[in-house]
Amino acid sequence: MARLLHRLAVWGLILGLIAPLLPLIIWSFARGWRFPDLLPQAWSGRAWAYALSDISGVLDSLALTVFIALTVTLISAVIGVPAGRALGLHQFRGKRIVEAIVLAPLIVPALAVALGLHGVFIGLGLTGGIGGVIIVHLIPVLPYMILIMAGIFANFDPAYESQARSLGATPLQIFIHVTLPAIFPGLMVAMLFAFLVSWSQYILTLMIGGGRVITLPLVLFNFATSGRNDIAGAIAVIYILPAILILALTARRVTGMTGRI
Amino acid sequence: MTAVTLTHLRRDYGVKSALRDLSLQVGSGQMVALLGPSGCGKTTALKIIAGLDAPTAGDVAFDGVSVLDQSPAARGAVMVFQNHLLFPHMTVAENIGFGLRMRKEPKRAPMVAAMLDLVQLQGLGARKPSELSGGQAQRAALARALILRPKVLLLDEPLSNLDANLRHEMRGLIRKVQREMQLTTILVTHDQEEAVVLADQIALIQDGSLQQFGAPQDFFDQPRSIDVARFFGGVNFVAGQGDGRAFHCSLGALPLPVSGRGVVTIRPENIVLGGPIKARLVERRYLGTSTRLQVAVGAEILEIITAPKADLPSDLTLDLPAKALWFIPDANG
Repeated sequence: MARLLHRLAVWGLILGLIAPLLPLIIWSFARGWRFPDLLPQAWSGRAWAYALSDISGVLDSLALTVFIALTVTLISAVIGVPAGRALGLHQFRGKRIVEAIVLAPLIVPALAVALGLHGVFIGLGLTGGIGGVIIVHLIPVLPYMILIMAGIFANFDPAYESQARSLGATPLQIFIHVTLPAIFPGLMVAMLFAFLVSWSQYILTLMIGGGRVITLPLVLFNFATSGRNDIAGAIAVIYILPAILILALTARRVTGMTGRI
Repeated sequence: MTAVTLTHLRRDYGVKSALRDLSLQVGSGQMVALLGPSGCGKTTALKIIAGLDAPTAGDVAFDGVSVLDQSPAARGAVMVFQNHLLFPHMTVAENIGFGLRMRKEPKRAPMVAAMLDLVQLQGLGARKPSELSGGQAQRAALARALILRPKVLLLDEPLSNLDANLRHEMRGLIRKVQREMQLTTILVTHDQEEAVVLADQIALIQDGSLQQFGAPQDFFDQPRSIDVARFFGGVNFVAGQGDGRAFHCSLGALPLPVSGRGVVTIRPENIVLGGPIKARLVERRYLGTSTRLQVAVGAEILEIITAPKADLPSDLTLDLPAKALWFIPDANG
């Protein structure tokens, strides 16, 4: 019974994720699709041809978005691993306050943050470039990274590191051979999260990038608002792919699925 | 073969002091037990010797040379932790070879194989630590330290997670290896029996400082204080006054040439049935290989351990052999 419910839940989740994508896929191949029709009257590869052509700039945006998201992910890991370690392993004065500050970006609406930061970034000369966008993406990404890593480190016994040190390992060797393997699964999940959070930023990119850093969500939004539903559909499919891939990679971890299902 | 000298070691954590003042000489190739109740600072002392913690004050010297500014690897001290701490993502063989790999030793396999033999884990090298029993894991952890040929081996409660049979085996293994390799070994334990069986010398630590240091026998026959005597199962303490020729107490004048106020103690197994002192049997407990008696001499209650006897009259006589009596002077003189 529990097994059946579990299966239903998993398939429900998969269906719930894929079903909303169907209209997008249909749109991307449609040539005119008007209201009461269940399916488009004619099919065409026009939208895809345009989306994948040089003129549209979609592929450039894709490369840019991947670059920004990867950079943000790496930087957030470099900051988040030691920060999560401190929060997960150590008790110190003001820990609650630090935790609240770490969480704050998730609580305050992004638009408010963006408006406030815009002025600061202008002052620092960080607007209109990739560097500024990467920095501003760290604001929503770091809380996830730090909190996930804090949870991972809370379950890590630092005595393993002492043991490795006693066996003659240097601090770098301890990290590579003992700590990293222990936190690796959690770190992967945190990094996938970080990638997705950066991937889906719209307002922060728009404000700080000043319209000069055109990531995929910005391109998508342009076409969606200009009424080109077929092209918007094609771009949306491209845009959603990493999320689906990452979900497939982490599904086992997230749903607790075992290989038998 | 390395002698270890601890000089006035002190370790404070904030306002609390884990270790107050510990001075100790561990002879080359000796096995010394740091014995004491939990929280007495013995593990802190071990970590300081291992180079995993730094003392607030005091010095650690190997063969007369201070090692405080040396890394664990440089000083050649290896510590084996209480919970084996085998790295879960490595096989048993990889765990044992870990230290050599950190040293970038190229030919590890034969040495690892020899170690697996030594600790009787032949054929288990490819297993993961989670597939080992508690005793096997503890032996693998020991092998992981021994493979580095440490100058000083440090063992933190090496037997505490094992059941009675495995303890016995592990004890034998530790003793054998320690003798064969002539390893200077310092072990930490809260178990008096473990310390007595394993160690050449015992350092009894209470409240962060050394109470007594000596051969195991000394702690039974010549305890420095009532606390030390109690830790080693001492139960008979009779207060009184010595006048230089005899000790006067409620049991009468005992033939002990001491002076001043204090207590006299005698091990329960050293009291002899039959003698000049009249006693009344209060309680008798049969313990299989021995019998534990409680007798009253006047208002004083003494405990006696004797061979199992079927019948004992309720009125007994005792003798307290002079050479079994030990005088502990009052601390405040």
